[in-house]
Amino acid sequence: MNATAWLLAIAQALLYVALAPLLVGWVRKVKARLQNRRGPPLLQAYRDLYKLFGKETRVAHTASPLFRAAPYVVFIATWLAAMAIPLLAVDLPTAAIADIIVVVGLLALARFFLALAGMDVGTAFGGMGASREMLIAALAEPAMLMAVFTLAMTAHSTNLSSVVDAHLAAGLVLRPSYLFALGALLLVALAETGRIPVDNPATHLELTMVHEAMILEYSGRHLALMEWAAQIKLLLYGVLIVNVFLPWGIARELLPADLGLGFAAVVVKLLLLGAVLAVGETVLAKMRLFRVPAFLNLALLLALLGLLGHVILEVGA
Amino acid sequence: MSRLDWLSEYLARLIDEHVVVRSGDAQGLAPAHRLVLDSEDWGAAARVAAAFGCRWAGVWGDVEAGDSEGTQLTLRAALERDGGFVVLETEVPVTFPVLASHTNHFPAADRMERHLRDLLGVGFHDHPDARRWVRHQAWQENEFPLRHYVAASGHPPLRTRADSDYPFLRIQGNGVYEIPVGPVHAGIIEPGHFRFQAMGEEVLRLEERLGYTHKGIEKIAVGRDPAALARLAARVSGDSTVAHAWAACQAMERATHCQVPPRALFLRALMAERERVANHLGDIGAICNDVGFAFAHMQCGRLRELWQRSSHALFGHRFMMDALIPGGVARDLPADAPARLRAEHAALRREIAPVFAVVDDHPSLDDRLIGTGCLSAADARLLGCTGYVGKASGQAFDLRHDSPYAPYDRLHVDVPVQQEGDVAARVRVRMEEVRISLLLMDRLLDLLPSGPIAATLPQPAGGTTGLGLVEGWRGEILAFVRFGADGRIARYFPRDPSWFTWPALERLIHGNIVPDFPVCNKSVNGSYSGHDL
Repeated sequence: MNATAWLLAIAQALLYVALAPLLVGWVRKVKARLQNRRGPPLLQAYRDLYKLFGKETRVAHTASPLFRAAPYVVFIATWLAAMAIPLLAVDLPTAAIADIIVVVGLLALARFFLALAGMDVGTAFGGMGASREMLIAALAEPAMLMAVFTLAMTAHSTNLSSVVDAHLAAGLVLRPSYLFALGALLLVALAETGRIPVDNPATHLELTMVHEAMILEYSGRHLALMEWAAQIKLLLYGVLIVNVFLPWGIARELLPADLGLGFAAVVVKLLLLGAVLAVGETVLAKMRLFRVPAFLNLALLLALLGLLGHVILEVGA
Repeated sequence: MSRLDWLSEYLARLIDEHVVVRSGDAQGLAPAHRLVLDSEDWGAAARVAAAFGCRWAGVWGDVEAGDSEGTQLTLRAALERDGGFVVLETEVPVTFPVLASHTNHFPAADRMERHLRDLLGVGFHDHPDARRWVRHQAWQENEFPLRHYVAASGHPPLRTRADSDYPFLRIQGNGVYEIPVGPVHAGIIEPGHFRFQAMGEEVLRLEERLGYTHKGIEKIAVGRDPAALARLAARVSGDSTVAHAWAACQAMERATHCQVPPRALFLRALMAERERVANHLGDIGAICNDVGFAFAHMQCGRLRELWQRSSHALFGHRFMMDALIPGGVARDLPADAPARLRAEHAALRREIAPVFAVVDDHPSLDDRLIGTGCLSAADARLLGCTGYVGKASGQAFDLRHDSPYAPYDRLHVDVPVQQEGDVAARVRVRMEEVRISLLLMDRLLDLLPSGPIAATLPQPAGGTTGLGLVEGWRGEILAFVRFGADGRIARYFPRDPSWFTWPALERLIHGNIVPDFPVCNKSVNGSYSGHDL
């Protein structure tokens, strides 16, 4: 049984890597349809990665070893963070060794290396991107921690598996604290994954970039890893939102039927979330950079309200 | 000459300042009035004009050259007020071509005078900026390409030095840093270098370094016949191909007193308005895209594409390049074209209504565009900005309305004016101009005369000059032409409105944040090619 669980944990980790480009492809496709375009094929993101892996990797003369190491660190840290978030089933062995604070920490590690790599080559754009990323991160991380603590207080655990379990065990209960936390996490996710209205993943304008500015000097497999890590991060946030707040369908027993249902449920939920993201990105323009702090302060405020809501309305009730 | 009512008062003020007007006439550079001055009075005449409220509209130089170079270098500068034009003219000896600068009275003159210094070797003794402007590293220090003795091919060295020692102005201070951008940009745009001095995200200063698309237009124009000049003018700036070709043709037609058939003039106007609509549509979409609002970009891109395909079907080219020839237009419309065009205008009017409504009133877009990149009315006036940049900052000048040339003299042209001067105002002016152009085109079709589409250009007499003034989609385009003794072009100078909107960009970005630069730049959209020549 233990071996099966470990196999499943590995399979889930691989699924994260395999599915991440598909979610990006889906969001792009829906966006294109909303703009009356046909858009690239659903699998284009895979082709792009394949293409980049086949290309020569050029590195600037001024780059230090850190520049070469960063893509691997970023990719692995993001991937490890993803493993801790239940995708198909709860109570997998990986869940037992990592909780939400570790997830936040791993993502911070990835960002740290990303920002260092952006500054490493010494171009103005990389430094600019790194400075903006840190501005956003400094505000997004507390909001995210606050939001997940709200969940943790209900479950009395910071382990995501336990949170999901507790949520399922309680049945369908309307918790105001959850709604506030969901709002906060949605805003944080937009900022952290570099989507409109915080950052524009489709732009070619170096002066407006945040995430893209940091990876501007990368090429070939380095760029592929960076892109892939960003896609995994998007999937990670997507799964975090759908599986923690709407966990129904996730497998609680490691049986094939349950796992199948869990997979189908998470795919449907992610497709819906992706479509919502695409609609949001279509109706909104990117906001002015100095509005981002206000945007993330709102996230922090929501998370705080969630926490208060939990203490006032739910504790002892 | 009602538009030049002010001329007598200007002359009186010149006399007050002891400026001697040697001669003057209204024919040589019609519709402008020519005033010949002594070279010592060059600066004083500009000072009086500035105090008198004139707009400075360009300066260009010219050396009379037959087999050998002449001894005098002629300088001409255009001034405008209330729709009337005056061209100041003076001569300086080629051996010592030094005179006063206009830059101290008209900041707009700065780069055009430096351009003149680089290309023709004219010295301005009180010019505030001694740095080269268009001069490339490939040019020898004392070689002036527009002089007679320099071959059109120049004398390029085997290996050109990198252009890395241009002395940009630097701001020193704690936390101030420099961002170099370009000349090679991401995306398909022309090359140009921008140097930002920024503090955090705030732009303290922007300095442009242009000249990367210098093609030697003025040099290779020399010796062409009129038809070849029209083709060259069509390539001064690809997106203004109709307007530049029209200005050049108009200059040549005025120089030779050619009577252009009315049908040709109407067809030219139809094409110029089509060019305006196509470019405004593309730019409105691009401005929205620069703030991450892809919906409007896609819709405007689609409409522009359909519009250009129809230009190809009815006028023979997507941009209508080479559709104008001296004396008329190259081809007539097909018989069913008026009906098709009317249907197309109606369809576009219907389609832009919802798109423009979104662009005009989308909260998320408003948040980015309103208050961004403000050009004050005073700056716009000082720099002589025309077109949508001027109109968005309270400058209601439009040649089609204020100094109408045929066929606009038979039409009423509305000029949309906004006072705010921000990116949103420039977008509103463009949207309004699209609507106005659609109405104008319907009106042009209503009045479209029948008859021939081209007249033969009379053989030009040696030494005759002509001035073309056409409202392109970016604003006022001025073209000067002088014919040589052999009836070929001896001098051609096209002045794109971008000469004045590029300096405006440097001013309007002041105090904005770095990530707002692309949208500010796009809202001004100066032509690199039309400016670098």
